[in-house]
Amino acid sequence: MTQGKVSYKPSEEVDFVIVGSGASGGVLAKELSTNGFRVVVLEQGPYLQEKDFTHDEVKIFAEHFLTVDPKQQPATFRKTPQDTARKKPCVMYGRCVGGSSVHFTANYWRLHEVDFIEHSKVGDIAGANFADWPITYADLEPYYTKVEWEVGVSGLAGASPFDPPRSKPYPMPPLPVKGSGVVFERAARKLGYHPYPAPMAILSQPRAGRSACMNCGFCLGFGCEFGAKSSSLASVIPMAEKTGRCEIRPNSYVHRIELDKNGRAVGAVYFDAQRNSHLQRAKAVILAANGAETPRLLLLSASGQFPNGLANSSGHVGKNLMPNSNVVACGVLDEPINDYKGFAVSRVMHDFYELENQGFHGGGGLDARYDFTPAAYALNGLPPGTSKWGPEFKKVLRQNFTRTFEVFCHGTSLPVEDNSFSLDPELKDAWGLPALRMTFRDHPNDLRMMNWMKDRALEILDAAGAKTKWANPVSEQEFMVHLLGTCRMGNDPKSSVVNADHRTHDVKNLFLCDGSSMVTSGRGQPTMTIQALAYRAADRITALAKRGEISA
Amino acid sequence: MNSFQPPRREFLQILSGSAGAAWLTANWPALVSAAEHAHQTAKSANPKLEALTAEQAREVDAITSRLIPTDDVPGAHEAGVVYFIDRALKTFESDSLPTYQQGLAMVQQRTTEIFPGVPRFSAATPEQQDKILVELFAEVEKQEGNRRFSPDANQSDFLGKLRIHTIFGFLVDPEGGGNRDFAGWKAIGRDPAHMFSPPFGFYDKDYPGWQAAPAETEKK
Repeated sequence: MTQGKVSYKPSEEVDFVIVGSGASGGVLAKELSTNGFRVVVLEQGPYLQEKDFTHDEVKIFAEHFLTVDPKQQPATFRKTPQDTARKKPCVMYGRCVGGSSVHFTANYWRLHEVDFIEHSKVGDIAGANFADWPITYADLEPYYTKVEWEVGVSGLAGASPFDPPRSKPYPMPPLPVKGSGVVFERAARKLGYHPYPAPMAILSQPRAGRSACMNCGFCLGFGCEFGAKSSSLASVIPMAEKTGRCEIRPNSYVHRIELDKNGRAVGAVYFDAQRNSHLQRAKAVILAANGAETPRLLLLSASGQFPNGLANSSGHVGKNLMPNSNVVACGVLDEPINDYKGFAVSRVMHDFYELENQGFHGGGGLDARYDFTPAAYALNGLPPGTSKWGPEFKKVLRQNFTRTFEVFCHGTSLPVEDNSFSLDPELKDAWGLPALRMTFRDHPNDLRMMNWMKDRALEILDAAGAKTKWANPVSEQEFMVHLLGTCRMGNDPKSSVVNADHRTHDVKNLFLCDGSSMVTSGRGQPTMTIQALAYRAADRITALAKRGEISA
Repeated sequence: MNSFQPPRREFLQILSGSAGAAWLTANWPALVSAAEHAHQTAKSANPKLEALTAEQAREVDAITSRLIPTDDVPGAHEAGVVYFIDRALKTFESDSLPTYQQGLAMVQQRTTEIFPGVPRFSAATPEQQDKILVELFAEVEKQEGNRRFSPDANQSDFLGKLRIHTIFGFLVDPEGGGNRDFAGWKAIGRDPAHMFSPPFGFYDKDYPGWQAAPAETEKK
């Protein structure tokens, strides 16, 4: 629906300018425009539609059709602040209207109660900058429910004994079980675990004018041509536009937040598609640009008032980066599973969410999945040691393509202060702006935990009857897609960047809401929480605005 | 162990970390317009070469036909991989054209060294061709020593690059300009249909439905 589409002039002061149209930006745009505010969303990528989406692996994987192009926006990487960073693709995020929610896998777990109070429960961990959230699971629960019902999540309430309390069931039954889910469920049960239907932000039934999943098999990495994947593009952005108060402005690359003499944000400065610069004026600015670009934008907006970066009096902008630890195990079964059909994940288990007495902190989830598209499978899905070409390569490819599935382990990343995004002192992007510099080394705790999880995954594959099975070695991460914790929320302005309302401690009319707000990493699959935070933030911001506490 | 292993660890982590394709994103420049053209070219009766000469294309076809050979199901040749690669070298992979030119010359030279009297790779028997490729892959491995087949390394070597291009040309959705008439998908057992309904395979066909675990196994 495009009824009532509106456009504003940059010089016209709107109520809110939101930077980013992804998981959180889309929700904020919908909520604030529905609440009567005039909103402009600035998105650096194009406004693609379902008709533009493709199954072409070349276009997706090599042409960066939906994601940031490292040639245009390169990054540098180093393990520690003592190292010199080298140019290396190390971050990937969605760069189109809808952001990463367009191409994601759509696993939609909630965080558990413990995730918000882990520091109090566990105490300090050496080398980690561990803290409690300023909000609890109970504060967020209504908003998790809102995500499920409004954005569209399929699942089965009460199916996991480890699930946190919920106020309402899922709006739709789970997606159908895949062969990988069946064998995973049987194997995990045999070992005494509690697998359950994966909560997925993919429609199992037609809903709100959108199609149910057609099981095309091009899901992770691809946009959904059926509108079944609950991206911001498919779900909340059309609702925002329908209010007649929200403009989604694509191809608008924000590079500075402008302040007035009194230290109040006056708007966002961006390059349009022709690289002309504009200032979109607004009464308040919300950054929802993701856990890499939100801190980068604050650092790019350094000024005489904020020499270390906007809203960075704490020095925590860009720090405590958490990507979620992960490792994959694969197995090959005797009969065709044909898991290339359908979405990626149909079963998950949370028996290891809170591990104790294993010599490490944290935990994770295990899921059964198949997220390979055909060429990616041939390059990376075969057992180690298989010939790389010739008759044997082809024979194994033919035998295994339909018989392989994965057990994927996701888990905690502890916050470490040195793990961060900053501005590279030398490298520039195609617009001449300082490139992202990532500094990252996994906390040793997380590597120990993932090694333990990997062994459990192999046991499950064994119990599933996979005669051929293998796991990747657990190694330090140098590339990430979950970008969490880099402008963490907290009550103390000295140790956090935003408060519990997502308002920066330093600038009254500047708000940050995306993965950067998270204080702990959960156990993987952060988008559900990012959207719940966005719904909650919209309520808080609306209340502040209606009390006159933003523009005053 | 030959050294021509793609960087599966990194790749899998990335794929599973929910992004898909980051390794390719990072290491393989843009591909697409090429593909569309290649699809058309591969379908036409008299395919027109744009980057490779007819002689070079004949050799590329011969090599890729050993990387993914034809047996009772189609191989690289039937999938039109050489046209996918030709178009790639004209467009998004034009930077790689010198690598191909030098690589093809190297293959020719090694062919005549290993099998004196055989003028070029395409003139060798399939058995001879496989021996040549085994030797060439081994030479690369030796050069690289114990170094992992890293993304950085693959960009500079002809055979590694050719292998990746061959796999994409064989298995990409035909929309992407390879996999002519779904030859590659048919070979690996992928149904070319655009949509599917459960049950998908052997293990889910008699599944009775999800049920809560018996109470005695409850752990919480």
